[in-house]
Amino acid sequence: MEEETRKIAFICSKGTLDMAYPALIMGWAALGNGIDVTIFFTFWGLDLINKKRVDHLEIAPVANTSMKMSMMGVDTGNLGIPNIMGVLPGMTAFATKLMKNKMQALDVPPVREYLQMLADAGAKLYACKMSVDMMELGMDDFVEGVIDIVTAGDFMDMTEGAQIVFI
Amino acid sequence: MITLEMKGISVKVNEEGFMLDANEWSKEIAVEIAREEGIPELTEAHWKVIDFCRQYGMESGNAPTLRTITTRAGVSTKELFSLFPKGPAKKVAKISGLGKPEGCV
Repeated sequence: MEEETRKIAFICSKGTLDMAYPALIMGWAALGNGIDVTIFFTFWGLDLINKKRVDHLEIAPVANTSMKMSMMGVDTGNLGIPNIMGVLPGMTAFATKLMKNKMQALDVPPVREYLQMLADAGAKLYACKMSVDMMELGMDDFVEGVIDIVTAGDFMDMTEGAQIVFI
Repeated sequence: MITLEMKGISVKVNEEGFMLDANEWSKEIAVEIAREEGIPELTEAHWKVIDFCRQYGMESGNAPTLRTITTRAGVSTKELFSLFPKGPAKKVAKISGLGKPEGCV
């Protein structure tokens, strides 16, 4: 009797740089452990698979209470980046650069490359039909590896028995 | 600690089946562990990966992560997953006589 393969499905609903990584990292770990992986990109999460957006994902310091001054190498303890500073032009680009540098230092690949790795390793990537319609996108707008545009119902059918993680 | 007996050779492994002493490893043991992991025959392509893992493991003391293998052993992600299907991360480390890989990527 063959052992049933564990299945995991991620729903990516966010398009910020920091929220792009959880599904990529856990999905990659799952594939490495022989677990079947499906990722459903919905709403802002479509930015992760959008050719024009994937290399330009950002992280904004405004209203981000976890982003502290100390992350920039200044020993300021729990002092946050004041929201008034976060609204200055260039602050989002600055925070994004900071995060990209930190990820690179850990040898974490950029989102586009990571998605390709997951697709090559057998992860099934799908775009949400309603979001695609709303944002007037099509298959041509997506990076390689995206299999199809599917409805929420299709997603439910294809993830029967899977553990589902919403991000 | 469990002692695994394979074709007259015995090696020490932990509960998950990872060898405890990388120095006990030999090519014959690799072939046996691979068979247990569902890979009936180790081809030249498999050995390219295993040889890299052995070298990396003996130098660093750790099993390489999948990305380390794909970026440094000259094996693509697709190839690695087809050579060691259903969970290459653990399989490659086990067959190479190393511990569980510690990195996330």
